[in-house]
Amino acid sequence: MPRLISKPIPSSEITPREVYLNRRALLAAAAGGSALAMMGKAAFASGLRRPLEALPNTAPKISDTPTDHDLATSYNNFYEFGTSKSDPARNAGTLTTKPWTIEIVGEVTKPRTIDVDQLIDMGLEERIYRFRCVEAWSMVIPWIGLEFNKIAALVEPTSRAKYVKFVTVNRPSEMPGLRSDMLDWPYTEGLRIDEAMHPLTLLTVGMYGQTLANQNGAPVRMIVPWKYGFKSGKSIVRIEFVEKQPVTAWVAANSREYGFYSNVNPEVDHPRWTQKRERLLPDFFASRDTEKFNGYGEQVASLYSGMDLKVNY
Amino acid sequence: MGDQVSRLRTVSESSGFSRKRLVFGLKVAVFIVSLWPVTEIVIAFLTGNTRLFGANPAEKILHRTGDWAIYFLLITLAISPLRRITGLNDLIKFRRMAGLFAFFYAFLHLMSYIAFDRFFYFDEVLRDIFKRPFIFVGIAAFILLVPLAVTSTRGWVQRLGGHRWILLHRSVYIIAILGVAHYWWLVKRDLLWPAIYAGILIVLLGYRLLPKKRFRG
Repeated sequence: MPRLISKPIPSSEITPREVYLNRRALLAAAAGGSALAMMGKAAFASGLRRPLEALPNTAPKISDTPTDHDLATSYNNFYEFGTSKSDPARNAGTLTTKPWTIEIVGEVTKPRTIDVDQLIDMGLEERIYRFRCVEAWSMVIPWIGLEFNKIAALVEPTSRAKYVKFVTVNRPSEMPGLRSDMLDWPYTEGLRIDEAMHPLTLLTVGMYGQTLANQNGAPVRMIVPWKYGFKSGKSIVRIEFVEKQPVTAWVAANSREYGFYSNVNPEVDHPRWTQKRERLLPDFFASRDTEKFNGYGEQVASLYSGMDLKVNY
Repeated sequence: MGDQVSRLRTVSESSGFSRKRLVFGLKVAVFIVSLWPVTEIVIAFLTGNTRLFGANPAEKILHRTGDWAIYFLLITLAISPLRRITGLNDLIKFRRMAGLFAFFYAFLHLMSYIAFDRFFYFDEVLRDIFKRPFIFVGIAAFILLVPLAVTSTRGWVQRLGGHRWILLHRSVYIIAILGVAHYWWLVKRDLLWPAIYAGILIVLLGYRLLPKKRFRG
């Protein structure tokens, strides 16, 4: 069991919730007349985000303060909505996130389909994690979710479950990026079973005190804080426990550049980006030294003992 | 510059409206417009409005200066064909400026990479050059631009002699190919824009392979 120090976030560090409540009030007022009457589906889907109850930060303590909310929701990689960083914030409003269910199947004794609202009712925790992209930028995000192992406990994986596969929603009518063959859709990610069951691995439904923004993977995504961001699939509709290592989207696209493990590691260079340092946004200089396992080595290094991480990158 | 202005003044004083004066005015206007991409960055800096560039201002500056270096390279290469097609011979007077702006933005692009991305670790820049093909061709393109910028003056045309000067400056064809290759290789997955630039470049270079007679009319 890794050390999980509980520490409430000082309220000064996050964007005041009233700001969003006000924004919602304004939206509601604007929608009040015609839009709501016409069943404002777009407004509904674009996430009139609602506040979530959660235990205050239960993640290992870090010294950085969370990234500004508006930056975290305006600079995203979510190719289903376009390849530029500003595309998801612009285009993801079309995604209908309610109702939303996740199918949990594969090598389990009790396969089931679970609604996101049921996940929320299971009780949530806030986790302020470092978030490191393979493109050498990073943020600090106060996520809200529950340990993935609690979900696994519901379906009871069998001894044949060696890996877990996470599949993102595939809805071309709402996701303009799916028209291109940029990646093999649907976006698929995967973890080894012990990585998935690790207490740091978070099935995530919220951020900054509220439900997730669509561009950040609403209504439910994975967060695996010691791996590069692309390992944490967004807008998940299917979780499959499998025996063989799944072929993930980026490995299929370019296995020389993106490995299955993709642990944050300054010692293993990516062909495009040196991984020695990172730019903690919105800093100008990429002056921060990247830490092995993104600083979570104390908790996760033992998962990889005896493995050559230069081979298993 | 000063005596050029006074010369223009005497021409226009004697002949009223002059084509030369119009060209000069246009050159000043084009010069100011061409500086806008960098001016906007400087204003954002001075006013502390880094938000203008979103969550990753350094990346935005890196991309913007790189984009404009390519735009100006393509503009430079478009001038001769445009001149021949339209018959507007004065277009040639803008070519040096376009070329120098390509150099200017390429320089800012390289400096942004060294400062923002590599944080002045020159050993890493060196390692990048040999390890990453897109860095290699990018820096090669910049190095090849330097002699062209230096010899862009009238004095250098005379010193080298027209023929040798033209031969030297034909290296801009290679530079443009390297520039587009640089962009092509750095893109992670979405090749749309590199492909558009490559298409434009193929048209511009292909035009030069056509027999010239057909276009003399």
